[in-house]
Amino acid sequence: MKQEVILEAQGLSRYFGGVKAVDGVSFSLRRNEVLGVIGPNGSGKTTLANLLTGFVKPSKGRVIFEGKDITGMPPYKVADLGIARSFQMVKPFYQLAAFKNLNVALLSPRVRRLAGGRFGDRDAVAKDLLEEVGFERDSWVINHQAASLPHGYLKRLELAKCMALQPEIIVLDELFSGLSLAEVASLVPVIEKLVHQGKTLVMIEHRLKELFRIADRVIVLNFGQKIAEGQPDQVMEDPQVKGAYLGSEAEE
Amino acid sequence: MAKRKERIDRGIKVRSEDIFALTSWREMLYLAAPRVVPVLALFLLGLVATPYWERVLITTCMFALLAISWDLLNSAGMVSLGQALFFGVGAYIAGTLNHYLGLPPALTIPIATVGGGALCTLALLPVLRLRGIYFAMVTLILPLMIERVIEATKIFGGTEGISGLSTMGSVHLEFLVAAVLVFVALFGFRRMMGTDYGLLLKGISDNDRAVMSAGMNIYVYKAQALFMAASVGSFAGAFMTHAYQFVGMPVFALDYSIIPIASVAVGGMGTLAGPMLGSFILVPLSELLRGLGGLRVVIYAVILVVCTVGLPEGIFHYLARKYNQFERWVGVER
Repeated sequence: MKQEVILEAQGLSRYFGGVKAVDGVSFSLRRNEVLGVIGPNGSGKTTLANLLTGFVKPSKGRVIFEGKDITGMPPYKVADLGIARSFQMVKPFYQLAAFKNLNVALLSPRVRRLAGGRFGDRDAVAKDLLEEVGFERDSWVINHQAASLPHGYLKRLELAKCMALQPEIIVLDELFSGLSLAEVASLVPVIEKLVHQGKTLVMIEHRLKELFRIADRVIVLNFGQKIAEGQPDQVMEDPQVKGAYLGSEAEE
Repeated sequence: MAKRKERIDRGIKVRSEDIFALTSWREMLYLAAPRVVPVLALFLLGLVATPYWERVLITTCMFALLAISWDLLNSAGMVSLGQALFFGVGAYIAGTLNHYLGLPPALTIPIATVGGGALCTLALLPVLRLRGIYFAMVTLILPLMIERVIEATKIFGGTEGISGLSTMGSVHLEFLVAAVLVFVALFGFRRMMGTDYGLLLKGISDNDRAVMSAGMNIYVYKAQALFMAASVGSFAGAFMTHAYQFVGMPVFALDYSIIPIASVAVGGMGTLAGPMLGSFILVPLSELLRGLGGLRVVIYAVILVVCTVGLPEGIFHYLARKYNQFERWVGVER
């Protein structure tokens, strides 16, 4: 099961003027695995996420999803095919109530298709999803405007928005950043459950300790290039990786 | 029996803004009054107004439509500085169809409404990707550009414009059509913004990238919202063309872009009703001040500033908040 390749990046590159944000990165993602993407600040992790989900067009290279070339597709088509993403800088719909945020994703053509052409009771589905990521169902939080929610809830809302799309792959861009240890600990089971349901995850993270508990495999970026790939503990032994991290982040 | 105060709206609003539980005619009245009273008030005003003021009311309705169109566009994440584009395109379509082909207003106005909406949407389609101020700049420039093109090429009457167009009949009829349609637009679009479709539009204005990552082609929705807003604006232009029996370069003037925005600022954005209320304050006010001569603009400006500084949220939001805070005495069992 874990051998089938669902997503493949072939020599992905993105140059911003003279800056090589991502430079010739290749990797393959197998179905139902959790792939960690780590690297120091500015190493191109978020650009990689943008490349995979169509928000940034690659200067070179290709993205293959389920045998289909999706390079250069607009973001909404990529999402429609089943690659959901969360944003590092949370992007909730501030005017809307928390659960109405999910309704936007639940209205998408993909969700309708998967539900056999009917939408069902979206409010109820949205509330169930929010409960799954740790919103207290019977409290005010669900009905409150997203603008008034604390950061921890907004991060969970990002995850719930991804889940609402019923995707094959979820690209999580620093989901854990800015969360307390307790909040991260409460999210880990949610992610494990997603894996159990057969989802494939790409997790871009700075919180290495938490990531290594979940990730099957890790790739390390530095200055836009892939410098290592493998099991989490093996990767950290790599002298190049040690050199790239050297210091605070490795010892977190 | 002990008594305590309770907000009236608490018991009525069940779940959200548009699902209500009514248990008495008083509660029904509480809900209906803010919707029915303005409608009745406008028609009554139309009945008692002199012909001059009836015309002012018609103009006001058209500016209200432009303001509603602005707010609708804004609710879908597009800030426009060029309602004059919609107004002018609609006006010229109606004017030319009437003058060159001899079509009656009953045909030119609907054609201008749909055709103007489509033309403006096509014209702005390439810049739909732009957000915020960049989109606004393009909408600001286009009407001014068209004005110069008409002046330079002398098409459609050039600087003279086209006069002697057909009227719609009596002023009363004009007023009736204008007043009915302004409320149709107001309540219709308010209803629409409450549906799932409106939810998507609000999502786009909040965060278009997040809507895209939910697998939705936002440009289709933006184009649809643009078409609706442009059609409303074009209707206003076509209507005024036949009311004035004239169409000329002034229909692309800055007034038609600025007054709707001022109305939104005074009335309060995001509700559609606020901008309409704003127009019904600003446009008649400008007529009232006409007797003051040169100082008219100054006083007008001062009133505008006082309104926006004193009630930055807008008069409508303020009134709505106060109305929702009305309380009644209720018995409490001990």
